[in-house]
Amino acid sequence: MAINIPHIRAQFPALHQEVNNKPLVYFDNGATSQKPQIVIDAINNYYAKENSNIHRGVHFLSQQATDKYENSREAVRRFINAKRTKEIIFTRGTTESINLVASCLSRSILKKGDEIIVSAIEHHSNIVPWQMACEQTGAKLKVIPVLDSGELDMAAYEDLLNNKTAIVAVNHISNALGTINPIKKMIAMAKKYNALTLIDGAQAIPHAKVNVQDLDCDFYCFSAHKMYGPTGVGVLFGKEDILNEIPPYHGGGEMIKEVKFEGSTYNELPFKFEGGTPNIAGVIGLEAAIRFMEEIGVDNIAAHEDELLQYATSKLIELGGIKFYGQAKEKAGLVSFLIEGVHPYDAGTVLDKLGIAIRTGHHCAQPVMDRFGIPGTMRASFAVYNTKEEVDTFIEGLKRVKLMFS
Amino acid sequence: MTIQEIQEEIIDEFDMFDDWMQKYDYLIELSKDLPAMDTKYRLDENLIKGCQSKVWLHAEKEDGKIIFHADSDAIITKGIVALLVRVLSGQSSEAIINTELDFIEAIGLKEHLSMTRSNGLLAMIKQMKFYALALQAK
Repeated sequence: MAINIPHIRAQFPALHQEVNNKPLVYFDNGATSQKPQIVIDAINNYYAKENSNIHRGVHFLSQQATDKYENSREAVRRFINAKRTKEIIFTRGTTESINLVASCLSRSILKKGDEIIVSAIEHHSNIVPWQMACEQTGAKLKVIPVLDSGELDMAAYEDLLNNKTAIVAVNHISNALGTINPIKKMIAMAKKYNALTLIDGAQAIPHAKVNVQDLDCDFYCFSAHKMYGPTGVGVLFGKEDILNEIPPYHGGGEMIKEVKFEGSTYNELPFKFEGGTPNIAGVIGLEAAIRFMEEIGVDNIAAHEDELLQYATSKLIELGGIKFYGQAKEKAGLVSFLIEGVHPYDAGTVLDKLGIAIRTGHHCAQPVMDRFGIPGTMRASFAVYNTKEEVDTFIEGLKRVKLMFS
Repeated sequence: MTIQEIQEEIIDEFDMFDDWMQKYDYLIELSKDLPAMDTKYRLDENLIKGCQSKVWLHAEKEDGKIIFHADSDAIITKGIVALLVRVLSGQSSEAIINTELDFIEAIGLKEHLSMTRSNGLLAMIKQMKFYALALQAK
């Protein structure tokens, strides 16, 4: 089913602006996506008419807000095919989700000598919390190396797994290279050693259908803002058993059952992990973003983005003088590259003058850049509203860059 | 020339340009004119790291004046570095410490000093002033 791109673009007010007197070409969706009117309206409407604190009132507004908030939880459950809504925790984003797991595991299951496996292509948010966990518990961090293609060295992964492996934490799709990791297989391999598995799905959720039951991961994390939703809200999916086993993260209102100075007891899932007043508007906005994606069809979105990726890649090859980073057989959503002899900062600056927004630098994945011996890359990351015409404009911009810096 | 006079000279030069492309072309030229930094100074200990590009800075005192040697791996940054060296190198510590560097904003390149750019320039300016302070007593 061909999707109607002009119709989709019309729903995104931010796309129809000029930057430096040029029409905006927004290719920085890996950093954050633009928002459709339906999401903007849901948030505005909440504050204009529906605002009330949730889970604690007996009046109409409170009940209505609670219903909308919990409806969003059910929408997320359905979106990622989790078994139960109590397995869906709302957080501030992927980074908080991962920190939650790392912190709670540090205070319970993790012990000295345990091993935590991450990959060489992780975002800092899926490295640093585990480094902190190792510091706290005496566990050791192990790293799956990456091949020149940008694919993980699966043989090395196999070797790293052993009876001491407590956690395997990897991304579903790499934000720096676009590699789609074989996570279902990696999760199955980890299970043989009874290791817990956490998947950083921040980059994957806008580009691929996620089915946590099929993946059988213990944790799956993502952010709303990369999938056409608002900033400040994310999801932690966790299997019920494990979420019940670990202690809470933030203490306070909402996450308790009874509070006495002699001791307090904690609420049941999912509220045990949702202390304090949440980003209610954000959660409601997330529900609208899910509806937006489901209406177009996640597979259709992925197919369109794949077409763009192929087109952009072929145009870049045609341009010449381009070195690609991340050429895995299975890739999604973005192209990371350098123009030979041109520093990415210089290129990004000139492209900006032409109204083209890409990301340059290390993309919060310094280890990846170190691995390939480069200061950073230029990254064009796509969303459902990007077009081939925009890719053409981008290529013209790159020609300009090459001319200026040759 | 005083720092202020050099700044004004630079502002006049950039006033000749109509658009951003001419400005950047000029910066690229300036970057080529900056004398290559002696490899003995292009070390990690002289590195001011930014998210996006690196800047190397070394300072020494000669005849009561502060001499700066600087470099960057990105050309636009290097062009701005060349301007900063032109303004501040060969001046006294007092002059450097007390100066208001307003020429970058005046020539429309303020964006390169913003926090988000993280290209080491803001840190470099701070470091240049630190050097001036540290070498003042010597």
